[in-house]
Amino acid sequence: MENESKIRVDHLTKKFGDLLVLDDISFEVKQGEFVCVVGPTGCGKTTFLNLLTRIYQPSSGELYIDGIPADPKKHNISFAFQEPSAMPWLTVSQNLEFGMKIKKIPPEERAKRIDRLLKLLGMEDVRDAYPRQLSVSAEQRVIIGRAFSTYPDLLLMDEPYGQMDVKMRFYLEDEVLKLWKEFNSTVIFITHNIEEAVYLAERVLVLSNKPAKIKENIKIDLPRPRDISSEQFIALRRHITDSIKWW
Amino acid sequence: MASRKQHRYALLTSATFIIFLIVWQIAGSLGLLGNYTPTPYEVLQAFFFKLDNIGPDGSLLITNILSSLYTSFVGFVIAVVVGIPLGLLMGWYKLFSRFINPIFEIIRPIPAVAWIPLMIVWVGVGITAKALIIFFAAFVSCVINAYTGIRQTNPALINVAKTYGASNFYTFIHVGIPSAVPMIFAGLKIALSTSWGTLVAAEMLAASSGLGYMISMARQFGRADIVVLGMVVIGLLGFLFNFIFNIIEAFVNKGGSV
Repeated sequence: MENESKIRVDHLTKKFGDLLVLDDISFEVKQGEFVCVVGPTGCGKTTFLNLLTRIYQPSSGELYIDGIPADPKKHNISFAFQEPSAMPWLTVSQNLEFGMKIKKIPPEERAKRIDRLLKLLGMEDVRDAYPRQLSVSAEQRVIIGRAFSTYPDLLLMDEPYGQMDVKMRFYLEDEVLKLWKEFNSTVIFITHNIEEAVYLAERVLVLSNKPAKIKENIKIDLPRPRDISSEQFIALRRHITDSIKWW
Repeated sequence: MASRKQHRYALLTSATFIIFLIVWQIAGSLGLLGNYTPTPYEVLQAFFFKLDNIGPDGSLLITNILSSLYTSFVGFVIAVVVGIPLGLLMGWYKLFSRFINPIFEIIRPIPAVAWIPLMIVWVGVGITAKALIIFFAAFVSCVINAYTGIRQTNPALINVAKTYGASNFYTFIHVGIPSAVPMIFAGLKIALSTSWGTLVAAEMLAASSGLGYMISMARQFGRADIVVLGMVVIGLLGFLFNFIFNIIEAFVNKGGSV
């Protein structure tokens, strides 16, 4: 455990042909930390995430988890996607079980965790429902629950609340914080909503316009639950907004 | 409320059917359909006649039905067992698709009945030949629908499995195949109707029984009532199969179409 860092991103660079999308990104994340990544639309946030999950291979640089290059087969990585990604042919509890089955977690343990997650999400009465019978926000909560189910070393979230209305967002953000504390996971949360980032994160990484670099690394040291209308909150939000503007 | 509404729809559906039969009967009785078109009543008489008479084709109605069912069932089952895995593999594994596709694309447009002469040379005129013709008729839609279904798998769902570290084969089994289920069922229904449709042609292969054979014999003897009886029986059986398939589909495909 060098410097307590759980995740170390080391000079990560990605080119698609001649197009440089990510330029030499380096940062570290501590065990149990909640980091938000914000940046202007189209700056390569999703590419960045897809590199972390190994859907793409980096052109150069490396991502280390506990000092070993990240590998979905070895490490316990979870991903909550932007688009609805519950398996339509599985019930809510079967969807929660999906990741745990791949990770070969024993059945008794799976059942225990499913019950715990259903309770935390308040979804015990819809455990046998299919995703099409749920609202979009309820389906998204199943996906968040599934992401936490494997007790991941690293949990990546790509604008999971992009489609939600404001009220649902606040509700789900609190839920994600609850799960994060409960499971002590390390989270990297990507969003273009600055308020959301300041509300959730312990630290915010600001990406620049394409090719994306880390422009700023801001520690958010506000007490929880955070008050979105407090002076410090607004000051931080304004600061990040100014940092993102490239005009 | 809902059940009362359904009740009314059921009435409406049966009304269509009854009105059709009445119009047909009246038109026939008035001689509007010519001398060779039987009325519903004559078809019904032909039905009772064929229950215990073997003329003109040499078998009872039930023997013909069972013979046709057997032939099409064998052909259909082989098509499903071979076609669906083939389509799924082609849809998932690009190399496999590259390997199979050229042959498949050439075989695909050939109508099943065009195989008849070759079949006679290869396997004679027995059940094997007829079942093989039906196999060719049902095979193509099994392959194409399984292929298309699995190709349409939502990439986000594949990524979910991959980020958990699932192997490609695990993802194929647990994400690809379930995603393809609705399309596979649509393909099975098409395959079922094409295999019934090809039945008549297949049974022209010097068969000794079967609904298609009954129709072609009745035609030679000028028994229009038995021709229409054969058509009606084929239609009703097709309807029945579709009904059974819908029940199976509702059971298997609980998550609804993707």
